[in-house]
Amino acid sequence: MTKNSGGSALQPPSDAPVLEMRGITKRFPTGTLANDSIDLDVRRGEIHALLGENGAGKSTLMNVLYGLVTPDAGEIRIDRERVTIRDPADAIARGIGMVHQHFMLVPVLSVAENVVLGQEIVRAGGILDLGEATKRIRLLAKKLGFEVEPGSRVDELSVGQQQRIEILKAIYRNARILVLDEPTAVLTPQETREIFGVLRRLREEGASVIFISHKLDEVLEIADRITVIRRGRVVGSRRPGETNENELAELMVGRAVSLRVDRGRSHPGDGVLEVTELRVRDDRGHEAVRGVDLSVRAGEIVGIAGVAGNGQDELVEALIGLRRPIAGAIRVAGRDLTRASVDERRDRGIAFVPADRQRFGLVLTYRLDDNLSLTRYAEVPFAGGFAGIVRDFRSISANAVRLIQEFDVRAAAPSVSAGTLSGGNQQKIVVAREFRHDLKLLVLDQPTRGLDVGSIEFIHKQVIARRDAGVAVLLVSAELDEVLDLSDRVLVMFRGRVVGQFPAEEAQREKVGLLMATGGAGA
Amino acid sequence: MNRLREVARMRWRQASIPLLAIVLAFAIAAVVIIVSSAFTSTGFDPFLPFSAYASLLAGAFGSGNGIANTLVAAAPLILGGLAVGLGFKAGLFNIGVAGQFLVGAFAAAVVGSALAGWPTLVGMPLATLAGALAGAAFGFIPGFLKARTGAHEVVTTIMLNNAAVLLLNWAVNDLVRAPGFSFPRTGDIGNSALPVLLGRNLHLGIALAVLTVFAVRWLLDQTTIGFEIRTVGQNPHAARYAGMRPVFITALTMTLSGLLGGVAGAIQMLGVIGFYAPGITASVGFDSIAVALLGRSDPIGILFAAILFGAFRAGAPLMQIETSVPIEVIDIIQALVILFLAADLIVRRVFRVRGTKVEISELKTVTQSWAGGVGGASPT
Repeated sequence: MTKNSGGSALQPPSDAPVLEMRGITKRFPTGTLANDSIDLDVRRGEIHALLGENGAGKSTLMNVLYGLVTPDAGEIRIDRERVTIRDPADAIARGIGMVHQHFMLVPVLSVAENVVLGQEIVRAGGILDLGEATKRIRLLAKKLGFEVEPGSRVDELSVGQQQRIEILKAIYRNARILVLDEPTAVLTPQETREIFGVLRRLREEGASVIFISHKLDEVLEIADRITVIRRGRVVGSRRPGETNENELAELMVGRAVSLRVDRGRSHPGDGVLEVTELRVRDDRGHEAVRGVDLSVRAGEIVGIAGVAGNGQDELVEALIGLRRPIAGAIRVAGRDLTRASVDERRDRGIAFVPADRQRFGLVLTYRLDDNLSLTRYAEVPFAGGFAGIVRDFRSISANAVRLIQEFDVRAAAPSVSAGTLSGGNQQKIVVAREFRHDLKLLVLDQPTRGLDVGSIEFIHKQVIARRDAGVAVLLVSAELDEVLDLSDRVLVMFRGRVVGQFPAEEAQREKVGLLMATGGAGA
Repeated sequence: MNRLREVARMRWRQASIPLLAIVLAFAIAAVVIIVSSAFTSTGFDPFLPFSAYASLLAGAFGSGNGIANTLVAAAPLILGGLAVGLGFKAGLFNIGVAGQFLVGAFAAAVVGSALAGWPTLVGMPLATLAGALAGAAFGFIPGFLKARTGAHEVVTTIMLNNAAVLLLNWAVNDLVRAPGFSFPRTGDIGNSALPVLLGRNLHLGIALAVLTVFAVRWLLDQTTIGFEIRTVGQNPHAARYAGMRPVFITALTMTLSGLLGGVAGAIQMLGVIGFYAPGITASVGFDSIAVALLGRSDPIGILFAAILFGAFRAGAPLMQIETSVPIEVIDIIQALVILFLAADLIVRRVFRVRGTKVEISELKTVTQSWAGGVGGASPT
């Protein structure tokens, strides 16, 4: 703890490591060995990707760096000087910046206010001076290659813009080592491209970026070096030029993974879902779904491609009964369910994997067994006895044990709360519960968002298996590749309408992508 | 064996903060007693808290009578605490137990006095039932308003507390005033009174309260209705997605909560007060909130918290007689307990409680209620 190296005049040569982490080990009280003697070094002007499955220990390692977790063993050196990082304030003082997956911004404050928060420039009498900060923010943004209006309120910005404000916030605090925790998980493809531009500018400015991800294509595109972590250990380090997606996936998962699902042939049967002229409003009262017709047959996967926010969410919410349509009809197996309750739809064999698993799909404070029967809690065998309202814990528990095994959920016991699981395992809980055997229609909204390749492969296989068992599947995804890989038929949604429809063999990436972006108006 | 230890650890994790908050509250109150002793006729006495707490304990548990008094004071608090606690489980903050208590007491008094000449087996159950139904009806109003219009239950129940007082004053004056008394009151409840089981005043209502603890526990833990209530409280979005109807559950929970508040009023009426007159105290309604918080909304926890608060009430007079420490010290202790529950970080620091923080979701419901009502079920 000799001096603050944040303003050191002597810059080390570019191949010298700015940051060295040596033998970092962390065991949590629950017994999980999250980091097992991890070594990591990051050079000046380098984008270093940290690749690994959910729960591999990437976030723990970065939390050690940021002073949020105290390691059991190991040391950290910055500019070859050994440092102790006790809390985030220490980390910031040493030039480490962190952009969390969930943004730490105050929605009602302006961009400038958010950026200076905690480092306000104060005039005499304790009056906040934003003028100087505003100038600096404009300058920094320009340097990083994007536009920002320091006076605008953060809650009026898009997710991508908010993320850039987070980066700006870190750079404003003189961060030289910037950690981004799965920055692209919440972004559209365009926003991802933009953020990559910003990261490249940062690299040119001599900053170092640690990029946490489990998306192979992105890592190969942006990183200078890739370090792969599996179950708390470093299992390999590669340069993008000397590796490929298959090798990285294998390193990450520990076995060969098929990145492209073998869909096989579909054998569509009778029509199951029939949607006609459906119109649905969003929360603000705008018409988000503006006259959609679509149909899904038994044993068929219909994918809906589209940039997020073109009415897909409102469409699926109307299908499952969470949102009341203002016009149109929804028929399932010949029965009109337009105004039916969620409960009745479930009884008719509809299941739903929501896009936001933590908001809709799970009760995080509940045990796994309660979550695994959440949508069937009042049915036999989960309830019975007096007036049919007495819960049968033996069945609830047996169901959990079976599904946890069948869907390979990594959890200590059915009694742990869902909130303790990693994102991938949480999603498996939702999927395990919804993929019942007596289904007619399965509605999937972003079923693999935020998941690692191993979990994605597993869920995709399950989707295909349900299709082959004669279930009608409607898949909504912002990941165009996912839609193209899985769907037997691809629809494109643009501004609340279906603007295109392709059989799988005619759905080329470019064609669909263009339609997603333009709605086909110019074509 | 290992399992047993696991269960014990879980229980301790839940109970440690409330228990330590009580210890800390007593310690701080002791300082208050010592300091204030210097300004009274007793003169400065650093050992006064010991003798005061000893008399408090003796008054509450030192004799058969004391124990009976403690339990009699605890009975309405148990039911009121359950009323508030049940609301917390659904993410609702029912401040209206005071009003529900009054309408329950009034209904029990009216029906009880009407059936005063009938056998106890007829009058007592019907009067209790009347109190329960009146409370339920009074709880249904804010429940319905919240479900239909989104009106926040904190606002509506506070207003309904005042409405209850004024409405019942009018009713006693103009509708059911018993003849032959110099002030407005209802007639005697006669045979409808809860029978005394033991000693001078240990009435049947205590047994009813304890039974209700287990009934509510069963409802919450073992039934689908309890699962719905808890799910709506934990995550109303997931509840809707799972096919539950948060709007309906909200109204139902408030109605059940009101029912429990009404029963609290009924047993106090039929077991202790005996007739309804304007100005009868509804402090049970507010103490119930403290009981529910201290009991962490858990029925068994509420049982113990209510007995503790009952012991305060029963033991305080002896403390005042023997040591001249005023009864109001009890209010200080109760207030400090709630303060330390809310500011649990203090308790953790003082007693160096380790382990992961267990979030007190009830307090979240309370604070969010005041901060503009983000919590609870959305009306849409």
